[in-house]
Amino acid sequence: MIKLTEKRALSWPPLLYLILMFMVPMGLMLIIAFMEPGDYGGVKPLISHINGKLHLDLNLDSFILVFSSEFVWQLMVRSIIYSLVTTIICLILSYPLSLMIARSAKKYRDILLLLVIIPFWSCFLIRVYAWMIILGPDSGVTHIINSIISVLGFPPVNLLYSTFAVIICLVYVNLPFMILPLYANLEKHEMDLLDAGRDLGATRFQLFWKVTVPLSLPGVLVGSALVFIPCIGMFVVPELVGSNCSLMIGNLIKQQFLQGMNWPLGTVTSIVMTVSVLSISLIVGFIAKNSNGFKYASK
Amino acid sequence: MTILQIKNVTKNFDDSVVVDNISIDINQGEFFTLLGPSGCGKTTLLRMVAGLISPDSGRIFLDGKDITDLPPEKRPLHTIFQTYALFPHLSVFDNIAFPLKMAKWDKSRIVTQVEELLEDVQLVKFKNRFPHELSGGQKQRVAIARSLVDRPKLLLLDEPLSALDARLREHMHIELVKLQEETGVTFVYVTHDQQEALALSSRIAVLNGGKIEQLDVPTKVYSKPKTYFVADFLGKCNLIKAEVISTTNDAVTLKIAGYINLEVKCEYAANYKIGQKGWYSIRPEKIRLNREEVENTDLYRAQAKVLGYYYYGNDTLYEIELGDNLVLKVMLGNTKSVEPKFFNEETMVHMSFDPHAGSFIAEEL
Ligand SMILES: Nc1ncnc2c1ncn2[C@@H]1O[C@H](COP(=O)(O)OP(=O)(O)OP(=O)(O)O)[C@@H](O)[C@H]1O
Ligand SMILES: [Mg+2]
Repeated sequence: MIKLTEKRALSWPPLLYLILMFMVPMGLMLIIAFMEPGDYGGVKPLISHINGKLHLDLNLDSFILVFSSEFVWQLMVRSIIYSLVTTIICLILSYPLSLMIARSAKKYRDILLLLVIIPFWSCFLIRVYAWMIILGPDSGVTHIINSIISVLGFPPVNLLYSTFAVIICLVYVNLPFMILPLYANLEKHEMDLLDAGRDLGATRFQLFWKVTVPLSLPGVLVGSALVFIPCIGMFVVPELVGSNCSLMIGNLIKQQFLQGMNWPLGTVTSIVMTVSVLSISLIVGFIAKNSNGFKYASK
Repeated sequence: MTILQIKNVTKNFDDSVVVDNISIDINQGEFFTLLGPSGCGKTTLLRMVAGLISPDSGRIFLDGKDITDLPPEKRPLHTIFQTYALFPHLSVFDNIAFPLKMAKWDKSRIVTQVEELLEDVQLVKFKNRFPHELSGGQKQRVAIARSLVDRPKLLLLDEPLSALDARLREHMHIELVKLQEETGVTFVYVTHDQQEALALSSRIAVLNGGKIEQLDVPTKVYSKPKTYFVADFLGKCNLIKAEVISTTNDAVTLKIAGYINLEVKCEYAANYKIGQKGWYSIRPEKIRLNREEVENTDLYRAQAKVLGYYYYGNDTLYEIELGDNLVLKVMLGNTKSVEPKFFNEETMVHMSFDPHAGSFIAEEL
């Protein structure tokens, strides 16, 4: 038995970690957002002497800049659309697979699940590089697609450095985050419920839409959140396989920090992104909480 | 009229026979019970009737129609599962409406039909609740309503009450029998609770190891068990080694425990040869104990010593010893106000029973 006081003591290290690694940087970001950018990155000092007078350098310049910039909003909207498309494709690809694994004989499930996880053992970058080779101009895939297209009378296309490549890679790197929560949910469905559904007159098709899908909604939601939220901030994938027209908000933030040397601007953009993601998650979560079936399916 | 005919149905799982060439005819309006120990194949047989698994061989007819190859959703029958299997994402109303929605009834008809069923099972107040907000008994009533809502020809119930406590179970027994009589739907009821089986059924099939041991009305199954298994499985029973020493048309004379000669009525008397070995079975409550000698020469009477007793509340079970280490169990009702027993240990009593109250069980050859 762990006493309450011991429990409290045990919760200190992780709490400290969270405070140091998340709360403090967030606070810093909030402050930086209102400060003047430094000439070579960083920020100007908070308090300056001008003509012997103390001057507090806090302003809304960066916010005004970001909110009035069409470019930022364009990237923001594009990021949300890419993430949505990625989430939907991941869901469509994962659902049958998760269902198949969940309904297969117990002895095969672990092996099948392992096969889903194995690609994760190699580095993220290497997996994206692999796609660069697959989609590259000299790859077999490109040759086959282009020869088919040319038969149909279209000019050859570049697969790499395109929106198409960005979405493919986003889907690829995020797929397991959809498969695993979906599987965890589907695997718990009671066989009796499925039997009862058939017994009460549901065809396989009706059973899927009226029983399996509603019961799996909590898993769908968790998987979608795990894909959608990190996806919005992705910058490596668009940078490696995207074109100028497929940059995402993460790329802009990185640029503002590293190339533009404008920390406050980067900070404000991050805040805008975070708030957008947070509000989308909250809205979806709220709708889910208040739809009865969903509430009870998760019990 | 036969509603369900199970004909030579066999099912194997991984080389082991789970249902072994079973044939049963179940009549319209019957409360038919499949009784047997855990693992004897009751659920498997029921699932084959429901169409959730298919038999390896044999056919199943419902209302004269061969349904062996029909998928479950096309069979006009429903199952009640041990776990209730209510849909957690649907309210009580929607759960009950599920079969009607699947059958594409129109909305207004669904509402009236579901309301009627809600009334039948006294759940009108609960129609907007979700399954996890109900007690076990209420869940079970929802499951029953859901299965009766589209008036199936047959209802299969797989140990529907086993998760409920004893009092609630008794209450549900009454409700089940009432519902069955009102709706006229044929019930096929699975249980391993022999009391339940005896109390509810019009007929009982006792299963063991995938085979039918005995199929008869409750009184016959209980008082005239056909096999050692049935006698032993249903309630308490004295089973004494016996041998046929002579037969007539409707009775056999047995030598019991090597020294008691008794004449016992027996339907199959003509089938037995002299020397047939087996058991004489007699239920503990059919034996009487008295302090004084009983004056009735039709009874088998003997002196016995009380070895001990078990107090069950309504009854007390005595263990008595006749000569030659022959120990019998005797059940006597507790008519005394508080005392747990009539006879003390080590006292001598006069034991008597009607030989015809027992029966002869032949050893299988
Ligand atoms: N899908 C299956 N695969 C393999 N063996 C099975 C399967 N289903 C049941 N069995 C086996 O068949 C036998 C009979 O099972 P069944 O479920 O019919 O028993 P039951 O009489 O309903 O028992 P209980 O009273 O415990 O519910 C058991 O030994 C069980 O292990
Ligand atoms: Mg069973």
